[in-house]
Amino acid sequence: MEPSDDAAVAQVRAGNPDAYRVLVERHSHSVFRLAFRMTANEQDAEDLVQETFLRAYRQIGRFDGRASFSTWLYRIAANCSLDFIRSRQRRREQQTPVDEQGQELEAAVAAGDPTPDRVAFSGELKQLLAPALESLSPMERTAFVLRHYEGLCIEDIGKALGVHSGAAKHSVFRAVQKLRKVLEPAVSTARS
Amino acid sequence: MKHLNEDELVLHYYGEGRDAGVEQHLEACAACRANLESLTRVLDAMDALEAPEPSETYGSRVWQRISPQLGQTPERWWTNWFAPRRLVAVAAMAALLIGAFLAGRVSQRRQMAGLSGPVRERIMMVAVGEHLERSQMILVELVNNESKGPVDISEEQQRAEDLIGENRLYRQAALKSGDRAVSSVLDELERVLLEIAHSPSKLDSAEFEQVRQRIEAQGILFKIRVVSSNLREREAPPHGKASRAL
Repeated sequence: MEPSDDAAVAQVRAGNPDAYRVLVERHSHSVFRLAFRMTANEQDAEDLVQETFLRAYRQIGRFDGRASFSTWLYRIAANCSLDFIRSRQRRREQQTPVDEQGQELEAAVAAGDPTPDRVAFSGELKQLLAPALESLSPMERTAFVLRHYEGLCIEDIGKALGVHSGAAKHSVFRAVQKLRKVLEPAVSTARS
Repeated sequence: MKHLNEDELVLHYYGEGRDAGVEQHLEACAACRANLESLTRVLDAMDALEAPEPSETYGSRVWQRISPQLGQTPERWWTNWFAPRRLVAVAAMAALLIGAFLAGRVSQRRQMAGLSGPVRERIMMVAVGEHLERSQMILVELVNNESKGPVDISEEQQRAEDLIGENRLYRQAALKSGDRAVSSVLDELERVLLEIAHSPSKLDSAEFEQVRQRIEAQGILFKIRVVSSNLREREAPPHGKASRAL
């Protein structure tokens, strides 16, 4: 029988790196899903999974057991992803001004032929979702992904990202506001 | 009748802080129900963004990739300086400090070998910009903390401590290169970070309010935003715009 997370952590901390394998194999899928929703890119998500587990291994001495290992790991994964998309956004902003990015996205929404078959969920609307997420700031995106896809409550999002719940809540609200602005016309068209 | 705002509808959608008043209002108000339906359609549409499901052997593959890198010494406080994303900035910083020192010794300014001036400046600006962004987050969290009772700031203190050494290096480099605006803000920031790091970890509401008021009184957040904005402009590739020294 495979050891529990706590038992595996104890073995790793006692100097047995091989015990980490159980933790990696058990949690890789969920960390990948989080990383993919943050990056919308499979290769980037895989890189982030590896970075998350390496960072967690190096920091395992700091794991105090107050939260579960998976929660602690999620926190590391969310912060790795946040660092990554901040850095990616900074690089993109140097190449394309933010205003232009927003205009491109809005133009993509506006350009759709308003017939239901063209904007069906399986079609163009679905293709707008990833760019819409990308239009959010790194903090808004992280908070939104944790709230919407991972089901974390606002308080836990704050803990995961090391911010107070007021800041986490504000990030979720801003994210929803922006997504609504961009997607509402397309969603309405899809229904008509 | 006061309608529900979007924030209340978002909390309602996610089932956070269920409020009987909100429920009752929704039952009675067609406009708010319509607004909630519209919000629900957008958020439900986001569910269509699916993550690919990795194969069953994915965990084993991750293990095979990372296991050769395990078994290294646990992290020490200074290992952050050698993280890949900081290495370039730290190397540039060290080179800049040494360069400035040597320039003073021989009374002659020379370009550092390897990196051209504009490239070095942009690396520096990106590094200082990221540092200011991280610092700003700590200050914003403290200023926006709405807790009424005792406040535990141990997490912010840990992060402030991590930033102090970095801040000192950037401040010295900015000073050496004659960028008074940046060095002045970093100087003020350093004092604020030190104050946060050296405060008690658990503050009662009056003590916390004092810390918060000191941050606000100094206007440090505004100054950070101004300098960050200037740095971003200067980071942009020079389209006919003369680059400026840090």
